[in-house]
Amino acid sequence: MAAAGALAAAAIGLVALVLGLGGVAGSAWTVVVDWLVPLGGLELTLDPLAGLFLILVGGVALPASFYAAGSAERSARGALAYPVFVASMCVVPLAANTMTFVIAWELMSLASYFLVLHEPEERASVRAAWVYAVMTHAGLACLLAGMLLMGAWTGSLRFADWRAAAPGLGAGARGVVFVLLAAGFAGKAGVIPLHVWLPLAHPAAPSHVSALMSGVMIKLGVYGLLRAGLDWLGAGPAWWGVALLLAGTVSSVIGVLYALVDNDLKKLLAFSSIENVGIILIGVGAGMLYHGAGLEGLALLALAAALYHTLNHATFKALLFLGAGAVVHATGTRNMEAMGGLIKRMPWTAACFLVGSAAIAALPPLNGFVSEWLTFVALLQNTRIAQPMLNLVFALGVAGLALTSGLAMACFVKAFGITFLALPRGDAAARAHEAPPAMRAAMVALAVVCVALGLGATLVVPALVTVAGALTGDRAPVAVGDWLTLGVSGGFATLSTLAIAVALGAALALPLIALRLAGAARGQRRYETWGCGRMLQTPRMECTATAFADPFRRVFGFFYRPEKRLDITFHPGARYFVQRIEYANPTRSIFDDWLYRPALDALRSVAHRARAIQSGSANVYLAYIFAALLLLLALA
Amino acid sequence: MIATLLIALGQVLVAGAGAPLLVGVVRTLKARLAGRRGPSPWQPYADLRKLLGKEPVVSTTTSWVFRATPYVLVATMLVTALVVPILVARPALGFAGNIILLMYLFMLGTFFLALAGLDSGSAFGGMGSSREVAIAALAEPTIILAVFALALRAETINLGDVVERLAREPLLAANPAHLLAFVAFFIVMLAETGRLPVDNPATHLELTMIHEAMVLEYSGRYLALVEWASAMRLFVFMTLLANLFFPWGVTSLAEPVPLLLGLLALAGKLAVLAAALAVLETTVAKLRLFRVPELLAGSFALALLSVTAVFLVP
Repeated sequence: MAAAGALAAAAIGLVALVLGLGGVAGSAWTVVVDWLVPLGGLELTLDPLAGLFLILVGGVALPASFYAAGSAERSARGALAYPVFVASMCVVPLAANTMTFVIAWELMSLASYFLVLHEPEERASVRAAWVYAVMTHAGLACLLAGMLLMGAWTGSLRFADWRAAAPGLGAGARGVVFVLLAAGFAGKAGVIPLHVWLPLAHPAAPSHVSALMSGVMIKLGVYGLLRAGLDWLGAGPAWWGVALLLAGTVSSVIGVLYALVDNDLKKLLAFSSIENVGIILIGVGAGMLYHGAGLEGLALLALAAALYHTLNHATFKALLFLGAGAVVHATGTRNMEAMGGLIKRMPWTAACFLVGSAAIAALPPLNGFVSEWLTFVALLQNTRIAQPMLNLVFALGVAGLALTSGLAMACFVKAFGITFLALPRGDAAARAHEAPPAMRAAMVALAVVCVALGLGATLVVPALVTVAGALTGDRAPVAVGDWLTLGVSGGFATLSTLAIAVALGAALALPLIALRLAGAARGQRRYETWGCGRMLQTPRMECTATAFADPFRRVFGFFYRPEKRLDITFHPGARYFVQRIEYANPTRSIFDDWLYRPALDALRSVAHRARAIQSGSANVYLAYIFAALLLLLALA
Repeated sequence: MIATLLIALGQVLVAGAGAPLLVGVVRTLKARLAGRRGPSPWQPYADLRKLLGKEPVVSTTTSWVFRATPYVLVATMLVTALVVPILVARPALGFAGNIILLMYLFMLGTFFLALAGLDSGSAFGGMGSSREVAIAALAEPTIILAVFALALRAETINLGDVVERLAREPLLAANPAHLLAFVAFFIVMLAETGRLPVDNPATHLELTMIHEAMVLEYSGRYLALVEWASAMRLFVFMTLLANLFFPWGVTSLAEPVPLLLGLLALAGKLAVLAAALAVLETTVAKLRLFRVPELLAGSFALALLSVTAVFLVP
């Protein structure tokens, strides 16, 4: 049953991939079915941007579905919700009027809600689904408000009409609509501080769904931001771009800081998705600023960088979630403190996870490096806008991006090192087994895509520039160069991942050959790790996940606000003997403490006050209705 | 084509063969400053030779990551030697990604070394890894901003162009904001190459070490490769500092005489920097680990000031 659902989803993914490739290549069509959807009918339009996001949906859904079909799970749960989820994600980028868009958007949210509620007996799972449902509907309310306002002011619910009418609207009206739409889309994208649902919901779902949620669904929030900020509303004032750039910087740094201290493997990956959406938004914000300033070439470069990172994050995050799923499947836990040594028992999963970790840490020559390089190059040319305040915003973006990439490297050293290296820290990890062939194949395929997107930068960037150009209407030449070297902004900077890969390969072989020629000692002896003279090495001597993140917890203590709980039980006979020690060092979320908690408390107290007029008697309610009617008539 | 290959080979040779000497010179100078005779500057070569001849002992806990890491480290450093203007302003791989590539190549090395530290399963290895990545992550924003400040003044991010532009117009380098960027970059170099006051390259005192803790399990040829790579790291960082901020002598011509002059100029600049490093290392004490972020935050502030100065005073 579940396998049938997965295969249906794989078929949908394949269709989406083909359509998407066609869309990016330039084919465009519109389908209208008037009777299917109220208020305007179903209307789907394929353009290059929609095509790119279809590629995203299909490219991740395909391996994720094979992975799901190949995993040993036999429960029928989610067999219907999963294909509906994939199909609705395909419709969102194609939607060409408000009703089509909103219905697809809501279907996507509902289907993923049921998938998050994977284990309805678990309290944590129920809470995750509940928080997700509340946040996603708050976002939907913002979107609906923004879209209906836009519909009222332009007199149409079709996006094509908005495009034509937007320049005629006042700055205030466009600002209001932008804020509402941006809030709705940013909530779906997991932008801080609207991220609270993401680290709860993504880990709670089954791993192939987590891969789709993190890899694709949150990207549809980015899609919405791109559409709203550049297409539906036309080019906006500078503060739109500044807001997105700063939101991106904050999200990327804070997202990776949270990822660093989390010991739940899937939650760590979920937080890292917030970071990567931040990196994408840095590019989007910069693109909007350049577009507003009339620098077409730079706008296209920044947007292409953002789109590249969107594509890259979808591949490596899907890969990492599938890898994490295999690990969780093998060990029965998501807690990294109980893992370790898995590289010997799960060599395939480990190798794929290592590729994903290196790619997300932006190590050359893999794909994450290319998109971060492009983002840096786009940001570094900001002096062509001669406004010191804006330049300073860009400089903060540059510094934030650099700090993020350093912290992400640390984060994935932890994720890979603690999970896969050294000795197993628990029995389950010691008895772990490699994933079944279909799951391995899905991971290997995504790992290959990660490498290909890195080495094929010279092919991908021009295509993305075309997509970005179709969105903004800019027609400036951006990418120059040949198959080997990518030059951007008229040779301002050049990149050649192929050359790097070849040089690294040669440099790897060089010492091997040189040592052999020089006749260095060739054998090696195996012995246990030096343990300061103790009898034998045990897993308890290893660095734990908590200890690994400790320097960060101290350095960023003002942000984490860690608590220290030490609980010692002494021997009843003598205080000199300790029976057990319990130590916990949890961090607190300042967003829960300072934003959501006060807001919820205020809501609760308002609700409490409102109880005064709720008597429960039908007569009183009828009186209320009558009074309201009179009031309305008086107002009319 | 042949000339490019020869120069590429020359750059790799200078970095690879010169790195142990640089480390040796700093050690000798430090010993003299402390009133000791110290080893000869050529001692690191003898050490490497000795290590290469020994049979390595590899922990049974480790995986292939541990054994591959020394080769990855050496490979990344050899590639950086093709990116950084050491002798010529436009090295062979100068087109492959500029300063941002360089930053990420250093990160590639750190990534694998930190994994190897965890792989041994000893408490020291993990502790060293965790500290190393913390310092590397905090140093990252400063590196990019300091170089950004330079690039803004030279109006390009291509290392070769920066060097040529500054060599042509020395007045650009006389800017006070330039000095701020230099100081910021110098502090970051200390952190990234594990020198005092961030890390002590001479100690094996358990609780203070960072780099040495990570490589504690290495022996034999693996240790030789790791040591060689870290010497090259120091060499490349100091060359970058020397040639980006004092770009005199770096040639744009692929001819023997300018190349030889460039080599001499580089040796002179590195000697001055090595002396400065030795004096600094003898006069300052090691910082407590959790004071290091303050140092790095200070260097970040300097770099940000330097960048802001360009925006405000065009």
